[in-house]
Amino acid sequence: MTQDTAASCQEGHWHSELLGMRGIVKLFPGVRALDGVELGVRPGEVHCLLGQNGAGKSTLIKVIAGAHRPDAGEIRWRGEPVTLTDPQAATRLGVATLPQELDLVDGLSVADNIHLGHEHARFGFTRRGRTARATIALLTRLGHPEIRPGAEVGGLSAAERQIVSMARALSHDASLLVLDEPSAVLDQREVERLFTVVRELTAQGVAIIYISHRLEEIREIGDRVTVLKDGRTVAGGLDVASTPTKNIVRMMTGRAIEYVFPPRTREITDADPVLDVQGLSLEGSFQDIDLSVRPGEIVGLAGLVGSGRSEIVETVYGARRATSGTVLVDGKLLRPGSVPAAVAAGLGLCPEERKSQALVLGDPVSHNITMATLNRAGFLDFAAERAAAEELVAALDVRPSDVDREVRTLSGGNQQKVVLARWLLRECRVLLLDEPTRGVDVGARSEIYALVRDLARRGVAVVVVSSEIEEVLGLADRVLVVGEGRVLHEAPADELTEHDVLDIVLRGAAA
Amino acid sequence: MTSGSKANRTLGLVIALGLLCVVGAATAGERFASVDNLLTVLRLASVIGVVSVGMTFVITGGGIDLSVGAIVALSSVWATTLATQSMAEDFHWIVMVGCALLVGAGCGLVNGLLVAYGKIAPFIVTLAMLAGARGLAEIIANRRTQIVRDQGFVEFFGGSVLGVPVLVLVFALVAAGGWVLLNRTTFGRRTLAIGGNPEAARLAGLKVARHTTLLYVLLGLACGIAAVMLMARTTTGTSTHGGLYELDAIAAVVIGGTLLSGGRGTVVGTVLGVLIFTTLTNVFTLNNLDTSTQAVAKGVIIVVAVLLQQRLANRAGESHAR
Repeated sequence: MTQDTAASCQEGHWHSELLGMRGIVKLFPGVRALDGVELGVRPGEVHCLLGQNGAGKSTLIKVIAGAHRPDAGEIRWRGEPVTLTDPQAATRLGVATLPQELDLVDGLSVADNIHLGHEHARFGFTRRGRTARATIALLTRLGHPEIRPGAEVGGLSAAERQIVSMARALSHDASLLVLDEPSAVLDQREVERLFTVVRELTAQGVAIIYISHRLEEIREIGDRVTVLKDGRTVAGGLDVASTPTKNIVRMMTGRAIEYVFPPRTREITDADPVLDVQGLSLEGSFQDIDLSVRPGEIVGLAGLVGSGRSEIVETVYGARRATSGTVLVDGKLLRPGSVPAAVAAGLGLCPEERKSQALVLGDPVSHNITMATLNRAGFLDFAAERAAAEELVAALDVRPSDVDREVRTLSGGNQQKVVLARWLLRECRVLLLDEPTRGVDVGARSEIYALVRDLARRGVAVVVVSSEIEEVLGLADRVLVVGEGRVLHEAPADELTEHDVLDIVLRGAAA
Repeated sequence: MTSGSKANRTLGLVIALGLLCVVGAATAGERFASVDNLLTVLRLASVIGVVSVGMTFVITGGGIDLSVGAIVALSSVWATTLATQSMAEDFHWIVMVGCALLVGAGCGLVNGLLVAYGKIAPFIVTLAMLAGARGLAEIIANRRTQIVRDQGFVEFFGGSVLGVPVLVLVFALVAAGGWVLLNRTTFGRRTLAIGGNPEAARLAGLKVARHTTLLYVLLGLACGIAAVMLMARTTTGTSTHGGLYELDAIAAVVIGGTLLSGGRGTVVGTVLGVLIFTTLTNVFTLNNLDTSTQAVAKGVIIVVAVLLQQRLANRAGESHAR
């Protein structure tokens, strides 16, 4: 069925389409980010784009915005072939993209932001009256005349900022607006107002590409939906109203590349938990999290980006200060908000952003490995440091094995091994892994999975956070499904499928 | 690789210093190339040298301190007030030394606490200290120059051991201690890690705030030592001591090869940077060129040195990428 739809899409209705994309391929070193994407957007429709993390949505948006040039494929605009060489070219055609992190200048006024780069001016002097009138006209068109043109953007709410961003797009006479998870920062009432704006725009003939993880939103606002998986279109331009949710979820799951997970060999022990988290909350992020991990157990946190997963592990680790709740290590209360206390108690974190949060990129591998073991004051023992680093580099098969090499020159997978080596050297007993295989190629992934399993076998308690559901299910013994800052479901990993987890996350509750 | 490019850079500085000496000997002859003149240069270099070694730590750790000159002034004034000097008379001149060191370290502590725990940009904190400390020095001294009356103090620090001036010995000790601290201890390694990536250092469990505070205390202490040296050399304590030391120290540190953005530091480079600047001043003075010309030359040297370093750093980066 999915094949049929993709095929019918491929035959194409170039003429009725505003934007038509056929066979789009985008290569990055070692990855085919887009591998033949088909997309057809009609004027005045809301076209939803769905797909798991890593399916290629962001890359596709960047191609549409002119930020990435595709390596193959054809793009047509109103039936005419075009090449989007740079963002300016896309803007000239009438494409406007609203990224998740809106690129507004906080210190400038609403009017100045909207007209940034194409100011109403004469002889270099801005024409304030004209600018203000144009601003009011745009904001009225969007149904928000209450936003003052002179207000400073830094003082606006998230919803108002979004409106300003949209006004900026419209000021370029955009006829295609790409909204990347616009509802993520909005509350229920604001989302409804956003939908009103979207409906008004489509009534004026503007097409919208709408990206969201919330299926119910897509049901409410979407006309058609395109589903991406592994850089390919699995279903193009399905009618939203007539496609059942379970079909959409099925199309999103399953992967072309199978990861190799080492077999589970461990028997479940009933030892006391090393890590025991009770009622942990962080205002604005997550509420009332209970989590306990026994020695040798791997517990996975599955959930989408923005569900609060990273915040949970960072708070357990003391890098953020919890609003309420306790963290116990070996039954002893951990001092809240103190990383040194957590490390002293035997915790270790491999953070999400390896380069900015874990490594000193210009320093050699050996220094990066010994970084968590410098707590005692005194003289450095170079011979011992070197020996320890070389032993770990050999044990973890870091390539190249030169410990004097700057860590920036290593691949993502080898950099991750360096971070793991740091905590091995520290002999940590609770290892928190946040997105352990982000930016890691397929081969090194399997090695890292094997390493984590091996650590667990030696009695380390492991918490794995990943936005790749398959990874959590394959690696963990027990899984907590997290959504909107709450634990939605908890079950042994082998009792869950990728489909179940995605379903729970998208519905916001266990069935 | 890293150590290789570092050695290259040090060699470059040595060559620059050598060239400067050749120019000095060629233009001023005997007046430049004499033991007396050498000792003069070293004595002049020693005060700013001590401050620069301290500055190396703060900059390596990712900070900056604009208040060093003001701290030197305040320390020198506080250590030469009537009250301090009469206590020194009753007890020993070591009281004056202790006073200068305490005041210096205290100012550094205030800087450090505001930067590390107050989370204010170091530029702003130390700019405030620059104004505040010098103002306080003026209030205490009532804008008058206070004479050091203790002859024991002047004789000790003005003297020589085996022909080497005590001031130069102090500088040598501070430089050697600084080198060991930066290159051979966990403290130094932590400084490099925190300057290189403070977030990574924090998540690796290092006590970043406490360490940052200590770096400023260390520099404050160095300013206290410099104040003592200056008091001995001029036999005065005044609120005008240490004028523009912040610029001289930062310039010496940067041309020495310490990265202004933090994460890379070299005490040897800093010492060479100080010697280059002092020798330059000496050569200019011997040739009767005015201080304005000197200032222009210094400015040119800073720019050229940093441009060269960037070229070297880029080349090192490229050869890595290959």
